[in-house]
Amino acid sequence: MSAAPLLQVEDLKTHFFLGTARPFGSGRRLLKAVDGVSFSIGAGEVLSLVGESGCGKSTVGRTLTRLETASGGTARLDGREILSLSQAEFRPLRREIQMIFQDPFASLNPRLTIEQTLAEPLRIHGLAQTRTEARALIAETLQLVGLDPKVMERYPHEFSGGQRQRIGIARVMILKPRLVIADEAVSALDVSIQAQVLNLIKDLQRDSGVSMLFISHDLGVVRHISDRVAVMYLGRIVEIGTRADIFDRPSHPYTRLLLSSIPRIVPGRKRVEDLGEPANAASPPSGCAFHPRCKFATDICRTTQPPAHAVDTGHLSACHHIEALQKDLA
Amino acid sequence: MALLEVKDLAIAVAINGRLVPVVRGISFEVEAGTTLGIVGESGCGKSLTSLAIMGLLEGSQVRITSGSIVFDGQDLLALPPERRRAVMGADMAMIFQEPMTSLNPVYRVGDQITESILQHRRISRAQARERAIELLRLVRIPDPEGRIDSFPHQLSGGMRQRVMIAMALACDPKLLIADEPTTALDVTVQARILDLMKELQAETGMAIMLISHDLGVIAETCDTVAVMYWGKIIETAPAAELFADMAHPYTRGLLASIPVTDREVDRLEAIPSRVPLIGETVTGCAFHPRCGRARPVCADIDPAAIAVSPSHSARCHFPGEDSA
Repeated sequence: MSAAPLLQVEDLKTHFFLGTARPFGSGRRLLKAVDGVSFSIGAGEVLSLVGESGCGKSTVGRTLTRLETASGGTARLDGREILSLSQAEFRPLRREIQMIFQDPFASLNPRLTIEQTLAEPLRIHGLAQTRTEARALIAETLQLVGLDPKVMERYPHEFSGGQRQRIGIARVMILKPRLVIADEAVSALDVSIQAQVLNLIKDLQRDSGVSMLFISHDLGVVRHISDRVAVMYLGRIVEIGTRADIFDRPSHPYTRLLLSSIPRIVPGRKRVEDLGEPANAASPPSGCAFHPRCKFATDICRTTQPPAHAVDTGHLSACHHIEALQKDLA
Repeated sequence: MALLEVKDLAIAVAINGRLVPVVRGISFEVEAGTTLGIVGESGCGKSLTSLAIMGLLEGSQVRITSGSIVFDGQDLLALPPERRRAVMGADMAMIFQEPMTSLNPVYRVGDQITESILQHRRISRAQARERAIELLRLVRIPDPEGRIDSFPHQLSGGMRQRVMIAMALACDPKLLIADEPTTALDVTVQARILDLMKELQAETGMAIMLISHDLGVIAETCDTVAVMYWGKIIETAPAAELFADMAHPYTRGLLASIPVTDREVDRLEAIPSRVPLIGETVTGCAFHPRCGRARPVCADIDPAAIAVSPSHSARCHFPGEDSA
């Protein structure tokens, strides 16, 4: 990429203390939910973070929107560091970084009409001076997400899950953000509705040119929506590359295990052997966190965390045994 | 005779004193040693069907309004409650989606397994504990002698679902009903639980009724598949036949809406609009407002099941046709 990326995240860390505090801070265990994550997102680009429960993918999104406090690292939006800003300094940036959540039932206030729900962000960010102006913007945005502007007078309970998620998307798009963080945005929807909402997100993203961090556990959805993909395991990115890199030339044993575990309609896939149990982020294995499950693991994997190796331009894999892995694919 | 025969089963929910139909006359069979998959989206009636078979609807707002459920030669709906409870849990067992909420958090897993054994078997507590350890070993839980004294919160989601399966298998059931057993689990854990269920079926010869919204899970595990839409089975066939040639436009639409990892498409072929609401009136075929193949007859007449082959039928006036 020639131009500077819109978002540049370097060595991001988000650590939590588990349990209750004791005097002198003793006895509290540290949970490294995110432990040194680096990636960039270009203007108009969709990067997906994919991984299983507890890998830290949601924490990355929540840290970038300042819902969690970073323990280390930097994140630059257009060159400006955002993690060290005070909440007051960060407030104007909230319009530019917006989040779509998973649960369309929990993320809308049941006591507000759709008009009130969508007018609130406009008011907070001073984007509409009069109610007429606000209503015009709301009507326009509702049409954009495929809803009739007449729904403005109605309350969230009158809508289905798919329609509510459209309202959630409208609430984000009405602010014309530069970066949208979508956290499992279609996971709660039935598959026929999920397809409608995914198509909508893809259209809106293309038409508006907004950049997107798409967080999901569903590899099919990720393949459909992303330009580039980062695979996370236990707080770290184990592989990152273009969508073709990840899906056609997976170069980390964990990525291969994930891909081969998906139940397929067309039979005949070979499943990668899973030697161990999913690890717990509160007590991660030594060295490469994936080594207890990996058939390529040797002594170095048990002691040393593998750095990211370049498999190809822009395609990185944090594995000690990339050569052995590549032979295995052939 | 099949192990389980469900005939014209209809279920309704009491809403404001009115009975609103949610399962509208479904019939299917499960043969011993085989797996039937029931697939459909939220509200299609798949879970209510399984709860009806297990006798878990009593005392709720939901009633069976007609039909019969014959299990192992006995009409379950005609049995007195005590007799029915003896069948349930012994010859028939069920596992649910959420292993954390199905286990009691304040009891050790071993106590929960032995409780279900002691309900149905006249053996000593020590023998029941032995049997529980054996069951934990059967479901491939490492160190079963140690894990039997764990509390549910000390186990991972996959391990908890293994405990649920162990509990279900406690009395060697002839039928295991699994309602979205892997939906709450990560994909690598799901793969292992599905493998485990297949292995256990091969070892014990039990029949499985698997309820899922996931066509991939269904394709990988089932011998026969029934697709439900708005309270009816709209297509049924052996799995291989169904996935090779879907006859109903809803089944085809469901498949086309899934984003897959094997290929890229620019746009997903979403099914337009949504499922009718419970209590909504739809004339003709319930799917016709969303159907690309719909013609005038579809809005007037609800199609009967049409055989597209001896083992494959679809409730569609124009089965197998390509959509317009």
